[in-house]
Amino acid sequence: MSSPDGTAPPDRPAGEENAAEELVVGEPAGPTPHFEGLAEKHAETTAHPAAKETGPKLELGPVGHLGDRLFAGLARGSGGLVVAIVAFVGIFLLALAIPALAKDESSFLFSRIWEPGGDTPRFGIAALFYTTVISSIIAMLIAVPIAVGVALFITYYAPKRLAAPVAHAVDLLAAVPSIIYGLWGILFFAPILRPVIDGIAAALGWIPVFEKPAGADVGVVFTASVVLAIMILPVVTAISREIFQQTPITHREGALALGATRWEMIRMAVLPYGRSGVVSASMLGLGRALGETVAVLIILSVPNGNDPWNPSIFAGGETFASKIANNAAEFDSPEKTGAYIAAGLVLFVVTFLVNSAARIIVARSAPGAKRPRRNRRAGATQTEGASA
Amino acid sequence: MAKRIEVSGLNVYYGDFKAVEDVSMTIEPRSVTAFIGPSGCGKSTYLRTLNRMHEVIPGARVEGKVVLDDQDLYAPGIDPVAVRRVVGMVFQRPNPFPTMSIFDNVASGLKLNGVKDKKKLTEVVEQSLKGANLWNEVKDRLDKPGAGLSGGQQQRLCIARAIAVEPEVILMDEPCSALDPISTLAIEDLIEKLKDKFTVVIVTHNMQQAARVSDQTAFFNLAATGKPGRLIEMGPTKQIFSNPGEKATEDYITGRFG
Repeated sequence: MSSPDGTAPPDRPAGEENAAEELVVGEPAGPTPHFEGLAEKHAETTAHPAAKETGPKLELGPVGHLGDRLFAGLARGSGGLVVAIVAFVGIFLLALAIPALAKDESSFLFSRIWEPGGDTPRFGIAALFYTTVISSIIAMLIAVPIAVGVALFITYYAPKRLAAPVAHAVDLLAAVPSIIYGLWGILFFAPILRPVIDGIAAALGWIPVFEKPAGADVGVVFTASVVLAIMILPVVTAISREIFQQTPITHREGALALGATRWEMIRMAVLPYGRSGVVSASMLGLGRALGETVAVLIILSVPNGNDPWNPSIFAGGETFASKIANNAAEFDSPEKTGAYIAAGLVLFVVTFLVNSAARIIVARSAPGAKRPRRNRRAGATQTEGASA
Repeated sequence: MAKRIEVSGLNVYYGDFKAVEDVSMTIEPRSVTAFIGPSGCGKSTYLRTLNRMHEVIPGARVEGKVVLDDQDLYAPGIDPVAVRRVVGMVFQRPNPFPTMSIFDNVASGLKLNGVKDKKKLTEVVEQSLKGANLWNEVKDRLDKPGAGLSGGQQQRLCIARAIAVEPEVILMDEPCSALDPISTLAIEDLIEKLKDKFTVVIVTHNMQQAARVSDQTAFFNLAATGKPGRLIEMGPTKQIFSNPGEKATEDYITGRFG
């Protein structure tokens, strides 16, 4: 039987150890090791109060080191800085936009006219809003299925030798500067897309959105959308891949053990698990597409000011970002500048809303809210598995 | 239903590492066969080779024969997906599909087999849940998520899911190791009932459990760490626990192992 010797602090007075020993001896020592163990435990618990009375006072004051305080200060400062920057950007946009908006002679939200500056500035964002949103949504609709396919291929279909190169290739798409996408899109890709556009327009041209205007313009919204789709592909793929990979092995094995083929396993286990991740990835992609500037600026041909507004995706147009970038050179009066900044503010708000929506969707299906059990259990399985 | 499994000269490798060496055994139909042995002796690995679930693990491969009903599961042209529809499996951790309802969980295997008829599905789901001793507990909430059940109920749900496709054999990989004693008892009762219709093979670390539920017991051991696991002896459970033929078996079941 080992007495509390081994666990006793070294500075404990010798007399106490004896007391503990005595107590152990004093207990009715049972015949089995089990009872001995109990007795020992008992002895220990009875010995401790004695230690409190006679031993030196324990030091239980704050244990702060310089490093701790420094690091805590740095962390707090960084956190605060980020919040401050966001706040300043918002304040900057508001402060410059409000005076211009006050002088706006037409409805800022619903007018399609853009004539800032002058004695009676008239400007509205309806056309910009439409082009921005439709081009980004089309980009998302094209990119997400491809991204999910690529992510599934990398995680569950490709042999190891192929998976890594494909993943790297997709990641490389993110490293291409957007000016290159713009040049490539307008010079190389737009002519290739021509027949596709003609085909869709021929089949669905009776719907105004797909109606092809006269003239052989290549810089149309649809082309910009396809290029945007390629640009957001890496981020959507990367997030989807990550979430598909995290599908707990127990779920996958459950499906396989029932005699599921690989695709059935993906449908039963991987896709339900990854759904919220894919949705948030799409939203993130959408956010990027909304704000993309240079590529869209190069690709989209600006409609002639006298032409009537055309909602078709096979016509030219301007997004918030491309409009602002296109006209940055003529920010000559505060009113004019304010008008563009107001447009920028709307883009800021839209992007913010999209990101918030993504977060809400994730929060609903992820730890915390509406369907909390699923993820908690999945998480528990993982952590328990790790500790096992 | 219920078929005999004959294994001969089976080796399992993980890459270059030989995990299980030269196992030969016959598993009788309509009986419960328990695999016991220390951790890492390859019994779970071996169990997985009986329905080719080891192939999920990268690098795992098998040499030898596993014959079920005159068919070698490793013969060329045999689809592991088809094998798993005949040889079902229940895992250590209950793994109901988290987004599916209780009903859909049980019906999932049938749907894989192309059963769409709602009436047939309802019938089989009820039969399977009854067969898994779970019907009375869940019959009023079949549309609720399976993940909302207790651990023991989830495990019985997984058993219901496995028997819904009417396999020949059910493999269980430590099905009670994550459960409390009462849930464990419920599963053990269920195993007793399952052997009327199925061939049951169970891996367990709990020797009392092996003694309670199994008809045959196989003891696996490994000579040393890094050496492959081997089948030391196999026989009627009573004999293994009362009068084992090998010293190693006796040491293990009496707790004097290592």
